Amino acid sequence: MEQTWKQARAAFAAISVPPLAWLLFFFLIPLAVIWAYTFGENTGPTTIDFTGTFANYARALGPLYLGIFVKSVVVAAITTILCLVVGFPVALAIAFASPKQKAWLLLLIMLPFWTNLLIRTFALIAVLREQGYVNFALEWLWNNASGFMTLIGLQPLGEFEPLTLLYNNFAVVVGLVYVHLPFMVLPLYSALDRMDRSLMEASLDLGAGHLKTIFLVVVPLAAPGIASGILITFIPALGSYLTPDLLGGTDSQMIANVIERQFKRANDWPFGAALSFLLMYLTFIAIAIQALVQRRSDRRA
Amino acid sequence: MADQALVATPSPRPPEKPVKDKPGPLEYMRQWPLRVIVGATLLFLYLPLITLMVFSFNDSRRNIVWHGFTFKYYEKAFNNDSLQQAFVNSLTIAFLCTVISVILGALAAVMLWRFRFPGKTVVEGSMALPIVVPEICMGVAMLVFFARVFPWPGGLPWPLNLGAITIAHISFAFPFVATVVRARLASFNRELEEAAKDLGASEWRTFWDVLVPHMQPGLIAGALLAFTLSLDDFVITFFTAGPDTVTFPVKVYSMLRFSVTPEVNAASTILIVVTVILTAIGLQMQNNEPKDKKA
Amino acid sequence: MTDAPVSNAPAAKPAPHVKENAIISFQGVTKRFGKMVAVDNVNLDIREGEFFALLGPSGCGKTTLLRMLAGFETPTEGKVFIDGKDVADLPPNKRPVNMVFQSYAVFPHMKVTDNVAYGLKMDGVDAGEIKKRVEEALELVKLGGLGDRMPDQLSGGQRQRVALARALVKRPRVLLLDEPLSALDAKLRDQMRSELTSLQEKVGITFIMVTHDQDEALAIATRCAVMNRGLLAQVATPADLYEFPNSRFVADFVGSVNMFEGVLERDEPNEAQVRCAELGAPVYLDHGVTGARGSTVWVALRPEKIEMHKRVEGSTAMKMEDAPQGTNVVPGIIRDIVYLGSETNYEIELEGGRRVKTFRSNLTRYDQEDFTWDEPVWLAWHACSPAVLLS
Repeated sequence: MEQTWKQARAAFAAISVPPLAWLLFFFLIPLAVIWAYTFGENTGPTTIDFTGTFANYARALGPLYLGIFVKSVVVAAITTILCLVVGFPVALAIAFASPKQKAWLLLLIMLPFWTNLLIRTFALIAVLREQGYVNFALEWLWNNASGFMTLIGLQPLGEFEPLTLLYNNFAVVVGLVYVHLPFMVLPLYSALDRMDRSLMEASLDLGAGHLKTIFLVVVPLAAPGIASGILITFIPALGSYLTPDLLGGTDSQMIANVIERQFKRANDWPFGAALSFLLMYLTFIAIAIQALVQRRSDRRA
Repeated sequence: MADQALVATPSPRPPEKPVKDKPGPLEYMRQWPLRVIVGATLLFLYLPLITLMVFSFNDSRRNIVWHGFTFKYYEKAFNNDSLQQAFVNSLTIAFLCTVISVILGALAAVMLWRFRFPGKTVVEGSMALPIVVPEICMGVAMLVFFARVFPWPGGLPWPLNLGAITIAHISFAFPFVATVVRARLASFNRELEEAAKDLGASEWRTFWDVLVPHMQPGLIAGALLAFTLSLDDFVITFFTAGPDTVTFPVKVYSMLRFSVTPEVNAASTILIVVTVILTAIGLQMQNNEPKDKKA
Repeated sequence: MTDAPVSNAPAAKPAPHVKENAIISFQGVTKRFGKMVAVDNVNLDIREGEFFALLGPSGCGKTTLLRMLAGFETPTEGKVFIDGKDVADLPPNKRPVNMVFQSYAVFPHMKVTDNVAYGLKMDGVDAGEIKKRVEEALELVKLGGLGDRMPDQLSGGQRQRVALARALVKRPRVLLLDEPLSALDAKLRDQMRSELTSLQEKVGITFIMVTHDQDEALAIATRCAVMNRGLLAQVATPADLYEFPNSRFVADFVGSVNMFEGVLERDEPNEAQVRCAELGAPVYLDHGVTGARGSTVWVALRPEKIEMHKRVEGSTAMKMEDAPQGTNVVPGIIRDIVYLGSETNYEIELEGGRRVKTFRSNLTRYDQEDFTWDEPVWLAWHACSPAVLLS
């Protein structure tokens, strides 16, 4: 039972003023300033006039930048789907593991999540680059296969050509999946863990196989968890800066990299602000869609 | 012994070494396809990190082929003053951010859990904003804020020069703490509070004697979260850091930009180890909590 | 709505330790939550030394009434007196009452002794005294030696004892118990019932208990108030509640009952007659009913008060007219039998199609074989057995 603030005015004030003041002054005001900038114009190297123009938005929605937005959404969507495909069986396995195994597996999934993002991305570089371990492993396989083919009297395979695994879109997606997988696994796990086991047992009892049970019973019931997993993977993936910056090539820049360039190099703050707000609106749309899915499944429950 | 079935015979002793029973239908972790997937995922998650750590001891600049064991990159990292300064900065910011975020987050959580007030939905929404707003947007907002609205005075002595970064970190960390603590509060049995008052405790005593002990696991979890969020943050710091207020991730980033030196491996390994130790401590603290699920 | 026993109920014998003075007094108390009326103009005195039960279905306002005593709710209208003092401005931590909560609310982060000592510490009692009184309290609830346990190392029943000790150690004027037995399993519940009664006799203070379980209220309380939708339906001793209910609600809520609607045909000082269409026969009563002739009344008949006799189909061996004065007899056919061990429950279909419940004690090991399905029987009951209800 909540109590109304009027019942304890002094306590309410003492409790609410510090966080609210902080939120207002050090978060909402900075956002509001940026929002105001979206309607501004550069009139000098450091001066910006608030002219109420929509030119920044118009430019941001032009073909060049719209293309980058679309690309960012596509990359984030692919990342999310891959995370879901990999994360769902993992979450399922953890949810139904023995309690001891469960604790360890969760810890193992969590640990990279606690590890510095930059370090994880950096670690991936060493694995993916042309002189990296993936290519080493492939070369070894290749050479062995080649040797084997010579052995049985066939033509050898020829020289191994290392694959270009870094500084392209592939690397960006791999990097994003690598970084965001724990985000997906944890909400899926908690949704599956909460689920009533007897529902699955009922499905098996009534003659459905495991795959059918998973798709007809588990997935619909875990829908809210799946939706929130998708959301908390998709949002950071959409706005990611570091992964495309470090792993991507010139053609794999995402929207965050463009925004950074406007602020740090091109020094066009109003335009950068407009891009930021468009990214934020995209995020809000994603949240709204998730909320709708949630409400629909709540109503059914 | 013809009608043996009708006589209650003692069941045969279970074998000394139990034969591995077949996995139950829902024991997915004991079925090989899922084991393979879990194993591959863990390999995918850990292989890069482990190679990074292993090769921080590799006596070779190209750090791809093993050339022999060495500590020299650790020595180099330790003797790199700017790297060290960045590390100290990061830890200081994370510490300050943790302390203030836990206080603000706990207050916010109690406010939202306890009170009904006009505009509550708006407040709840705004509190969620720092969690959902893309880092880059928050980063540029902080950049503009500290450049134009609230310029952080330059040339302040350490650690006051870290103020802008710390403020930015608190702004995104305390709503996380609030969420964690509020989730914990949801399981609070209001009768405990009433019991304390019934036994003669004042409002204030009740808060400290009953509510705070209940919040404690949430506060610890929130503190750990705030600490790692702060330590981990690159993007927002990148936009608020000045030339003399470099944090560890920003430093590593600039080192990476120039060249991938094994020194970075060494420094990263140190940070990974610090993270693992912190996580272990945090888990230990939470495990030592009395189990109060039943009460 | 009235404290006075209905019809010819005998005057209640108060328990020996019950004193005359009212320790608790509700005067015109109403509690509204928004539009919902939780407690509706309740006037109730509870005497010192009583074990009083507030009984009613969920949402009837009994818990709200208890929480007003503890100080967790304030009445919208009316006054609450504890020991003669208006407690309107007294916060919970200043009231001379203590509560045992439904969830027990044992502080999970304190060991047993710290839980019990908590209230004394709040009162500033000195350490030596606290130690002594905590030990006494733990002995009282038979938890001696478990003082160093943490609550998660205790069973549900033990945690309830901690909650009891924690409240009693403060020596309150009144102990409030919110559904004290609802979280216990059946065996433990029976044991705690008798322990609560003897505990109350031992400490000699007033206990007020909220419960939705009528068995529990009848078994423990010296006096009960039955509540319905915020109103006091009846306040009486357990026996009076059961034998002399004042309304259909009370008759139905307390125990099992067969209820027949009828018209009051005759009403003399020491006999009356009600015509019940469903029974197919008039009901004779050996006492008067203070109702208008021709008005609608309800006859409540407890199943165990109906006797069952063998009947030969079509026989007139026990014709209604021949029945001895003061006995009611109707024919029927057994439609359902539920064997419960100590007794057997029968459902008998009357000629009009109405079904009537009756219980029969299994006095010998063969009693349950006396009657079988679809057997014609006579149902008979004494003229003093039915309760006639005007509302």
